[in-house]
Amino acid sequence: MKQTAKAILLPCAKVFGALALVTGLAYPLAVTGLAQALLPNQANGSLIVENGHARGSALIGQPFSDPAHFWGRPSATGGVPYNGQGSGGSNLGPLNPALQAAVAGRVAALKALDPANTAPVPVELVTASASGLDPHISPEAARWQASRVARASGLPPAEVEALIAAHVEGRALGFLGEPVVNVLRLNLALDARVKALRAARADAA
Amino acid sequence: MKPEKPQTPDIVGIPPHHKRAFGLVDARFVKPALLGALTRLDPREQAKNPVMFVVFLGSLFTTALFFIGLAGTLDAPLSFIGATTLWLWFTVLFANFAEALAEGRSRAQAASLRAAKKSVVAKKLSAPRRDAGITLTTSTELQKGDVVLVEAGDIVPGDGTVLDGIASVDESAITGESAPVIRESGGDFSSVTGGTRVLSDWVVVEVTANPGEAFLDRMIAMVEGARRQKTPNEIALTVLLVAMTLVFLLACATLYPFSLYAARAAGGAPTSLTVLVALLVCLIPTTIGGLLSAIGVAGMGRLMSANVIATSGRAIEAAGDVDVLLLDKTGTITLGNRQATRFLPAPGVSDAELANAAQLASLADETPEGRSIVVLAKERFNLRERQLEEMHAHFVPFTAQTRMSGVDVDGRQLRKGAADAIRQQVLEHGGAFPGEVGALVDAVAKQGSTPLVVSELASGRARVLGVVELKDIVKGGIRERFAELRRMGIRTVMVTGDNRLTAAAIAAEAGVDDFLAEATPEAKLKLIRAHQAEGRLVAMTGDGTNDAPALAQADVAVAMNTGTQAAKEAGNMVDLDSSPTKLIEIVAIGKEMLMTRGALTTFSLANDIAKYFAILPAAFATTYPQLGALNVMALATPASAILSAVIFNALVIVALIPLALGGVRYRPDSAEKLLRRNLFVYGVGGLIVPFAGIKLIDLALVALGWA
Amino acid sequence: MKDTMLLQSAVYLGLLTLLAWPLGAYMKKLFEGEYRWQARLEAPVWRAFGVSPGDEMPWPRYALGLVAFNALGVLFLYALQRLQGVLPLNPQDFSAIPPDSAFNTAISFVSNTNWQGYAGETTMSHLTQMLGLTVQNFLSAASGIAVAIALIRGFARREAQAIGNVWVDLTRATLGLLLPLATVIALMLASQGVIQNLAASVTVPLVEPLVVKEAVVDAAGAPQKDGAGRAVTRDRTVAEQTLAQGPVASQEAIKMLGTNGGGFFNANSAHPYENPNAVSNLIEMLAILLIPAALCFAFGRMVGDARQGVAIFAAMTVLFVGMLATLYWAESSANPSLTALGVDPGLGNMEGKEARFGIAASSLFATITTAASCGAVNAMHDSLMPIGGMVTMLQMQLGEVVFGGVGSGFYGMLLFAVVAVFVAGLMIGRTPEYLGKKIGSFEIRMVMIALLATPFLVLLGSAIAVVSDAGLAGLANPGAHGFSEILYAFSSAANNNGSAFAGLSANTPFYNTLLGLAMWFGRFAIIVPVLALSGSLAARRAVPVTSGTLATHTPLFVVLLVGAVAVLGALTYLPALALGPVVEHLSLFGIR
Repeated sequence: MKQTAKAILLPCAKVFGALALVTGLAYPLAVTGLAQALLPNQANGSLIVENGHARGSALIGQPFSDPAHFWGRPSATGGVPYNGQGSGGSNLGPLNPALQAAVAGRVAALKALDPANTAPVPVELVTASASGLDPHISPEAARWQASRVARASGLPPAEVEALIAAHVEGRALGFLGEPVVNVLRLNLALDARVKALRAARADAA
Repeated sequence: MKPEKPQTPDIVGIPPHHKRAFGLVDARFVKPALLGALTRLDPREQAKNPVMFVVFLGSLFTTALFFIGLAGTLDAPLSFIGATTLWLWFTVLFANFAEALAEGRSRAQAASLRAAKKSVVAKKLSAPRRDAGITLTTSTELQKGDVVLVEAGDIVPGDGTVLDGIASVDESAITGESAPVIRESGGDFSSVTGGTRVLSDWVVVEVTANPGEAFLDRMIAMVEGARRQKTPNEIALTVLLVAMTLVFLLACATLYPFSLYAARAAGGAPTSLTVLVALLVCLIPTTIGGLLSAIGVAGMGRLMSANVIATSGRAIEAAGDVDVLLLDKTGTITLGNRQATRFLPAPGVSDAELANAAQLASLADETPEGRSIVVLAKERFNLRERQLEEMHAHFVPFTAQTRMSGVDVDGRQLRKGAADAIRQQVLEHGGAFPGEVGALVDAVAKQGSTPLVVSELASGRARVLGVVELKDIVKGGIRERFAELRRMGIRTVMVTGDNRLTAAAIAAEAGVDDFLAEATPEAKLKLIRAHQAEGRLVAMTGDGTNDAPALAQADVAVAMNTGTQAAKEAGNMVDLDSSPTKLIEIVAIGKEMLMTRGALTTFSLANDIAKYFAILPAAFATTYPQLGALNVMALATPASAILSAVIFNALVIVALIPLALGGVRYRPDSAEKLLRRNLFVYGVGGLIVPFAGIKLIDLALVALGWA
Repeated sequence: MKDTMLLQSAVYLGLLTLLAWPLGAYMKKLFEGEYRWQARLEAPVWRAFGVSPGDEMPWPRYALGLVAFNALGVLFLYALQRLQGVLPLNPQDFSAIPPDSAFNTAISFVSNTNWQGYAGETTMSHLTQMLGLTVQNFLSAASGIAVAIALIRGFARREAQAIGNVWVDLTRATLGLLLPLATVIALMLASQGVIQNLAASVTVPLVEPLVVKEAVVDAAGAPQKDGAGRAVTRDRTVAEQTLAQGPVASQEAIKMLGTNGGGFFNANSAHPYENPNAVSNLIEMLAILLIPAALCFAFGRMVGDARQGVAIFAAMTVLFVGMLATLYWAESSANPSLTALGVDPGLGNMEGKEARFGIAASSLFATITTAASCGAVNAMHDSLMPIGGMVTMLQMQLGEVVFGGVGSGFYGMLLFAVVAVFVAGLMIGRTPEYLGKKIGSFEIRMVMIALLATPFLVLLGSAIAVVSDAGLAGLANPGAHGFSEILYAFSSAANNNGSAFAGLSANTPFYNTLLGLAMWFGRFAIIVPVLALSGSLAARRAVPVTSGTLATHTPLFVVLLVGAVAVLGALTYLPALALGPVVEHLSLFGIR
């Protein structure tokens, strides 16, 4: 009995210890080293850097509620929306009255700012994403907001449409995933145009 | 319901009158079985069948609910509890009835076998001397230690030892070898076997075993004890059924708390306990659970109607699995006796002369070989049969000493016999045994036939007339039968004492997969072990004492009823007909029994889907009326839906009794085809049938105003 | 959308088959020690461990070794969590995990479940993530593979007393299979944008600073109330976004490959840092089913008849396609209650889904992750449509045998195959056999214990939860969906999936304990009988195959196996599912 216990426990401890060190330390550290050396941008969060300053991450969305900006997905992260330290979805089931209430509120908010827009509201604009950090919306959802954004930002509608078109990312390899627009990038571009336009107007004035 | 096998009648060992001695559900058995169904309500009896025991407990439970309801605390409407309880009890009774019916039938079959058992007349001696006083009795009356006299023409009444005398004995019924053997007191040749026939001389035999009566007793005991002693596969299947029962017990038991939650969340009342018990009974595999032991008993019964007595249920099961059949050549593959096919004259002798002499020498020879010589001579040379008396001929019978037989007529002595016996006789009388005849003898032997030499002694001069070829005749249709067995995945191996050449020739003609030539008991045992080492299951028939080791080794070992006691003890089945082809029948019966189990299990589980559709919407009618969308059968009311399912569940047991007793038909086909057919009939059928059945019962309930 | 769905599914299954086939061949040779390099490379390892591939074990010793190995894993992981506050590599200064959560998490990762009652980015230090969770991601997967290989040996061997050496199998699975594959996958994922660093977090400015209302707390930390008893709030401006960082790619790779599913972040593979785009999504989905699929082919090769493995693979694929089609159908139909509010129904049910994946890639992922015992999610299952949620639940309840977890799915499927063969074998008039091995009462007993274990845990656990206040306390959704959440939790735990209808707040002592037990027994109440089954089969001689034996490589057998899985699963769970997702579906669409 004692011998069996020893015959089992000794190799058990040795194998566990060795494999734990290899998989728990050597492996992640090696991958970190390789990734930092080969893929530093991706490995460190795909940050959007402008003039040496990080403006956000290309992969992580931000909250927008200014009518002059494109809005992204509603976020259900803990504490504040788009909380980078508390990802997660709403976890509301399709029958949950809370879901209906939340969506009704969002629909009302969107319609209030753009009463002339009678098209059905794109579903991504009123449903929470899975991560709460979703940086994307569909091109249709961006176009649905174009008239409001143009009006509020003062940019010509055609230019807003052109900005959207320039920011559409197609399906990977033509069939994987869905075509999307990165809301943060689109808004940064939008802000740059608005700034340029204002500067031009100021100059003109 | 007996499988119709596309086979030639002479391969099936069952005389037609043995088949289906009684109808499946014979009125004679129904009444005692009804009584049996009631007496089996004893909880101790019920506990032996776990699946039905759950039904039994469920019935007790709802009965209690009914009486509590009478006292005022209602679990559900009283009439509903009452009706459900009644049908739950019917479920229990129907299963009991099936079992009692199967036992009754099998017991009656065993009894009729006992009555029909063939017996022969025995000349019992008062003392172990030939001249002692003789009492005539029957073989079944003989006890161990009795001494009997067996004379030429008698059948040895039982296994025994020769005390006095010498005799030639035809053991072809057992060994398959047509050449008579010598039995004498003392030495290796002192044992005689019941069922063999003494051809010449006489012997005094001491009976060494009680006749096979014991097997019948054992069989009857098995029929009665079948519910207690489960076969390995039955045990495994029971484990599966118990596990399924546990699953459903769990599903139904947890449904109560789930329904409490549902009632709190959506309003309405939680599911009643009566409904849960009804659901449980409908879901657990009662169809197979209720019929399982009946299937086993009926399997033994069907074996008995094939005149085979099994001494273990395990053997019947193993029969279904047999991969290799060891078949004795003679009697199974070839006709029991050889037949004359050619006359091969010696130099200077005409065909007709040889035929004439051979016919004369065989006129009084009543053995099949002798008859076949007479017939061949008549066919080939149009030689009429002649009457020995008219010719004043003197018949010389075969004796163990001379090993020849023949006739003395018109001063001529005509003899026929084995080559060496004739050679000796011819040489003794100054004749010559020509080399050409020797060559003929060898040629005949090489072709797998037996040479018989004919000689003539006339006016003091002996000469060899020629050779008669006696050939083994392969039975008609046997080739096709073996091809069928091959399709079923069963290898056939022919076992014979013949030499390799002979064996190979016959094996090729009969189409067996393999053969064992010059078979000794040791070689046979070795062959069985070799096959078993490859994982095969081997079936064989045997009769002689020297077969005992091989019989003990084989997985399915059928001893001939005419065989020795040792053989019967070693085997696990006894064939009362002593038919060497019975193995094929036994395999089919084994397969049918297993197929019936599988089919009913599949049917039972497939039925559950429909029962869910009947009961679930009904059980949650008040909490989740949306589930009414699942009521695809459009059953009238929740109560009628549940009751219909319960009634269907009970009635299906009765409806399937004939199938359980008669067995699912086995057609020799590949596994793939069998599975496809049975899966379709019992799987897909099992899915569909209850939808129709439950709907019909519901309609009937509505029509009767009970819904 | 339908076209890309078909194309994505077809490409996925095609690539899976293409990759799994050679991997199956590799695994067979690896575990049988047939490569020449093995002798050279492994010798020092065996010397160091004091084990030898030649030292084969009978099943009880194999099982004892495996259970001891995993028990040690639980102890180690528990200790690590409790002590993380004082250990290094804790840049965010996370404190020790509470005992009940640590217990739950330890069992969760050791049992290959990776149920996470906690939120990863705010709880676990880098050291715990690496030396604790990542290690168990490897070792629990290796344990599953070892059991599957041992079971295959049971079928492949004849009259053998032993089923292999557990230490050798674990080591080969970890170092010879998982580690090299994980390294490659980790780098592929990193190239797509999955982060891999040891930093605490990165802060970036928000384009639009947020103003949020915040409760004012007094010195004792209690919320202040105004005269009317309302909580006093004040506005706080949030101008920055703090992004949690860490060694994600390395953990992500093994989380998928080992069908573990425990995410670095709370949102799991929906988090853009775990799964940034459709390409990384495809890589992750392939990683989930790669080894389970390859095991089928390894099985075929080990028993000397590749067709046997193909048949199992085919049965799994048939079930998979059926499940996928149902789930996709459910998710691509819009939630009618939202359509009534003026929402565009064209895109389907997007609540809890990421825009970059859409309905198609989310449906595919959800089907894959619950087919396997992975449990990683790229969409929130709690917000799936009722029938979509039912599919994910049903797949777990079937025992995750549609490819399934690494090892566990395969041996689970073989259990069903044994049952199917048992009943079908009888129907052809033979006592049942599978791959030449007779299925006797011992085998059936072991199979049924293994198959009964999870329904027992799921149904009983759910029943306890729905009638206890502690169980009902955590529900986020009322009515039938609340029931679905509880049923999902126990289905997920007992079947070692780990995904959740995350609305259920399960990080309570009640759920941590109950689910912890469900996970442990859901794992080892199957593994031990499976190993016993293997031992018993190995000792049997093989029955030769004839035309009278049941062929287990034919389309008919595939149909039979699919039928057995579907019927047994449906019969066990139909009542429970009817009260959850089915009622929800009927209510949602107003079907009476």
